[in-house]
Amino acid sequence: MEANEKSILSVKELCLWYGNHQALKNINIDIPKNSITALIGPSGCGKSTFLKTLDRMNDLIPDVKITGSVEYKGEDIFAPGVDVSELRRQIGMVFQKPNPFPMSIYDNIAYGPRTHGIRNRAKLDDIVEKSLRGAAIWDEVKDRLRKNALGLSGGQQQRLCIARALAVEPDVLLMDEPTSALDPISTSKIEELAMQLKEQYTIVIVTHNMQQAVRISDNTAFFLLGELVEYGKTEEMFSQPTDKRTEDYITGRFG
Amino acid sequence: MNKKLSPGRRAYTAGMKALMYASTAAIGALVLFLIGYVLYRGIPNITWKFLTTVPSILNDTIGIWPDILNSIYVVIATIIIVLPLGVCAAIYLSEYASNKKLVSIIEYAAETLSGIPSIIYGLVGMLFFCEFLKMQTSLMAGALTLVIMNLPTVMRTTQESLKTVPQSYREGAFGLGAGKWRVIRTVVLPGCVDGVISGCILSVGRILGESAALLFTAGIAHAVNGFFMGLKSSGATLTVALYIYAKERGEFGVAFAIAAILMLLTLIINLSAEAVARSFKKKRQI
Repeated sequence: MEANEKSILSVKELCLWYGNHQALKNINIDIPKNSITALIGPSGCGKSTFLKTLDRMNDLIPDVKITGSVEYKGEDIFAPGVDVSELRRQIGMVFQKPNPFPMSIYDNIAYGPRTHGIRNRAKLDDIVEKSLRGAAIWDEVKDRLRKNALGLSGGQQQRLCIARALAVEPDVLLMDEPTSALDPISTSKIEELAMQLKEQYTIVIVTHNMQQAVRISDNTAFFLLGELVEYGKTEEMFSQPTDKRTEDYITGRFG
Repeated sequence: MNKKLSPGRRAYTAGMKALMYASTAAIGALVLFLIGYVLYRGIPNITWKFLTTVPSILNDTIGIWPDILNSIYVVIATIIIVLPLGVCAAIYLSEYASNKKLVSIIEYAAETLSGIPSIIYGLVGMLFFCEFLKMQTSLMAGALTLVIMNLPTVMRTTQESLKTVPQSYREGAFGLGAGKWRVIRTVVLPGCVDGVISGCILSVGRILGESAALLFTAGIAHAVNGFFMGLKSSGATLTVALYIYAKERGEFGVAFAIAAILMLLTLIINLSAEAVARSFKKKRQI
């Protein structure tokens, strides 16, 4: 897939080391706008590491060395002087385990906007409702916005976390195995939600579940041992993989 | 699986169980005896007058009102200083410091500091605060000495509770674009309030129970003063007064009365601190 105006994230020759261990090897990938890109591969293949690189969450880990470039809307996110806080506002993250803050549902959603300086009550009320509606959880929580978010079920918590990410109006949503800790019903709700969200957002999702990748994604990238083995349209990749290793993985011969 | 245990095995199990029961009973009995004995000897000597007057040589009466005040002053002054100091140091070490070696050296030093006998703190406090800084023998010099003594406790308990705040909260907040200090202020600190409070409880207990360090630094006067005047002048806390009455004047009834009051005071402080911690926690749970 060649880079074009439609790609929002463009990764070139990305390598990443944890100390002496090279976790990512020469990754080149262009992620198109308003699509769902699935990252698949066995545990430890680097897909989560790659995801975290996209909004510089790896900055939090000491001893990480990165070479190559990640361009977001044409600008290198590792360039000196990049406002990491603003970058993370535009590229939101949903984590593997739902991690609502131990505060009220309202305060959870308002956390991001408040971080970025929005104090106006009416405006915050607006954002909270819009975000919760956006994450398809408004009807379930609208009567208990002041209750603690930890009282929600796992699936609700994860949708709350998606709403929390939406509240800062990002362009890209990174999801790190967002359904791996959830039951099948909650999982299908999140999948439906992801497919609705791609009209407005670009979604990159790490998943262990190949059916999930087939169900929701437009493009799929297969990682193995820190390398990007194959990247292409999901349908094509799952029907006619070009690389033997991809074929072995998606037919369940290892993983 | 249904096989019965062999007799030897069963006897061993029963024996161990009996041993554990006996140990528990012994500890329980010891504690009850101690508390009971102190209360039994002390309470008959506690009168309203005893609690609310100053000692008078002319009337040959003993009152501990100034000592109660002094104790409260020292507790307040020490906690006010040690709490922000210890909590800030803990936050720095756990959340900011990147030099792991330096952190472990400081932690080790703090650990060592908390094992030093209090009389050494008293000696150093006397030479440094009273003499070198010319504070004379005063409650403030005593409080500052106790600050040094309790700093490791507050720091370590805060650090431990910082560790219990899930990393996922921090990630979530960073992921939304929050800066380091905002993450600490809004997500990390509220999660470790109970640890800070338990550090406080431990410290208050140590402050109330401290005599050696204060004998050197805070003196033995029994005058009633306001808070700030009190800090500037010499004064005996309850524990120091207990020592003086028992050791130098042979007034064991008075000493036991003070002991009973100290025990009640500690109990009240612990209960109220726990209540505060609970109410903080409640707000954060469902």
